[in-house]
Amino acid sequence: MAEKPKLKVVLLTGRTIEQGVGKELGKSTREYVESVSVCYMDPGDMRKLGVKDGVNVQVSTAFGSVVVKAKKSLRAPHPGVIYIPYGPWANVVVDPETHGIGMPSFKGVPAVVEPTDKPVLGLEELLKQQFGKG
Amino acid sequence: MPIVKAVTCPVCGSLCDDIELTIENGEIVKVKNGCAMCEAKFLSHRSEHRIRKPLIRKNGELVKTTLKEAVQRAAEILAEANYPVLYGWSSTSCEAISVGIELAEEVGGVIDNTAVVCHGPSLLSVQDVGIPSCTLGQIRHRADLIIYWGCDPWSAHPRHIERYTAFSEGRFEKSAWRGYIAKIRTLIGRKKIQSTVRRLVFKKPPEIKAQLEPTFVPSIAKEGRKLIVIDVRRTKTAEMADFFVRVEPGKDYELLQAFRALIRDQELEVDSVAGVPVGYLEEVADAMVSCDFGALFFGLGLTMSGAKLRNIDAALSLVRDLNMRTKFVIMPMRGHFNVTGANTVFTWQTGYPYAVDFSLGYPRYNPGETSVVDVLLRGESDAALIVASDPVSNFPRKAAEHIAKNPLIYIGPHMDVTAQVADVVIPSAMVGVEASGTAYRMDHVPIPLKKVVDPPRGVLPDEEILRRILTEVRKIKREKAKAEAA
Repeated sequence: MAEKPKLKVVLLTGRTIEQGVGKELGKSTREYVESVSVCYMDPGDMRKLGVKDGVNVQVSTAFGSVVVKAKKSLRAPHPGVIYIPYGPWANVVVDPETHGIGMPSFKGVPAVVEPTDKPVLGLEELLKQQFGKG
Repeated sequence: MPIVKAVTCPVCGSLCDDIELTIENGEIVKVKNGCAMCEAKFLSHRSEHRIRKPLIRKNGELVKTTLKEAVQRAAEILAEANYPVLYGWSSTSCEAISVGIELAEEVGGVIDNTAVVCHGPSLLSVQDVGIPSCTLGQIRHRADLIIYWGCDPWSAHPRHIERYTAFSEGRFEKSAWRGYIAKIRTLIGRKKIQSTVRRLVFKKPPEIKAQLEPTFVPSIAKEGRKLIVIDVRRTKTAEMADFFVRVEPGKDYELLQAFRALIRDQELEVDSVAGVPVGYLEEVADAMVSCDFGALFFGLGLTMSGAKLRNIDAALSLVRDLNMRTKFVIMPMRGHFNVTGANTVFTWQTGYPYAVDFSLGYPRYNPGETSVVDVLLRGESDAALIVASDPVSNFPRKAAEHIAKNPLIYIGPHMDVTAQVADVVIPSAMVGVEASGTAYRMDHVPIPLKKVVDPPRGVLPDEEILRRILTEVRKIKREKAKAEAA
């Protein structure tokens, strides 16, 4: 079987208006979960990986690995850069290192994206998997 | 139906105070003037995701309990802990924060606010370099050049541009709104013509590449207010800008220092800096020195990436340098509605804006050591009190893991991610909706928050809950001291 393609990228996390609205509606709402369990990708990068809009991808960094839905970025072109909105899914893969000033590295983390058959975990499943509580 | 006018929106640091709410049978049914987040917040006060009863974890499950029992359990956890963490504070009133600091002193813990994972590096740099700033009103009326660096107000502070900067109608500076509409119409017209030519003459399908090319509109020399956006992505805000500079991720520091050189008329001996041709940069630097009143707003794009606080050092120094040529101010885009208030109240009461450690009985401040993420990563804390925040959802996994592992108390209105892994959950009234208080806007202007509807029955404001916990902690400590003396 041919090996699945992988792509080295830089991971950014940040705000989106959907995440902003979702967090105000409540963290357990469908709106919130759907707004933060996604990964915005450059259309060119998506073609390289052979993934389409709405397909699951696995994002891995030195700190963890998480499955999210790939979405075509409306803010393209940004080849080699992926964007996951702030939230429990992004936190699995960001760099906790604070470099002695208290601030972890939420932006600019080297990551690898690959297509996957694994499902995107729901909030409760993710909490159980990460913290064994919830 | 009663309409309440001039309500302050408790969502982001812009604190828009012109919201109109329609109230029907004690519920908010309509929100006028607000952005999407504002509307979601006001309309969510009767949401099914609200916590209505205190909860306590028994045999691994959260079960309903009385407020008295929840307060008692929370006080026991804090009184028994050696080094508890008290975190959050940016989405509650200054009055509640004040009680929180008293509680931190009483239990000898570390108290920190969300600035630590947001504009903490900015505060460190301001302490190093200083900050030439002003109120948002000044910018609205006078600024003729607006720069947004590493921030996307369209997504995070949706009315910032309209109320305070480029699209606001000031006394001395007019709104750039009409120009923006004209520009959009021109671009749409041009695209339509291009697509017609392509279809009729070349008979080709639309090329994706053409759509992906950055739109560069050389309108930096236009009259009136100018908007410059510097970011790693072409955000929605960048699309509104007269000039967009795309910086490579993590290279903001180089770009800031390049601007510092350019505004001193020094020549750069390279073709590009941080992926941007020097020619572009010279044009932007020209716009910076030739404005009458410039304002630079910066966001987490600077504080979270690359050199972190050194980025802010460079940004503050750039603005300091620009003040030798013209009038220029700089302001961080604060996220939570009262994060500025949290820094202010912390400073009044302890001398420091965040990351304050009371474990030795007096306040100590050393971000990197006493900041909450570092305390958690080192695994030093043995309990946590979270107020009006959701660190389990917002901290890196390793830090969140340590919060979830130890006894955890959560005070807040919604069933947030932190609440779901907490051991004691106390519901609180939504500040600015169901409870009044004071909040500080991002320019340090204190603004009163209104109580417009009643909270669910039996639900108290954060301030009152914290007072009850504090009283209970003091009682436990008195009894313990008495028992030890006997």
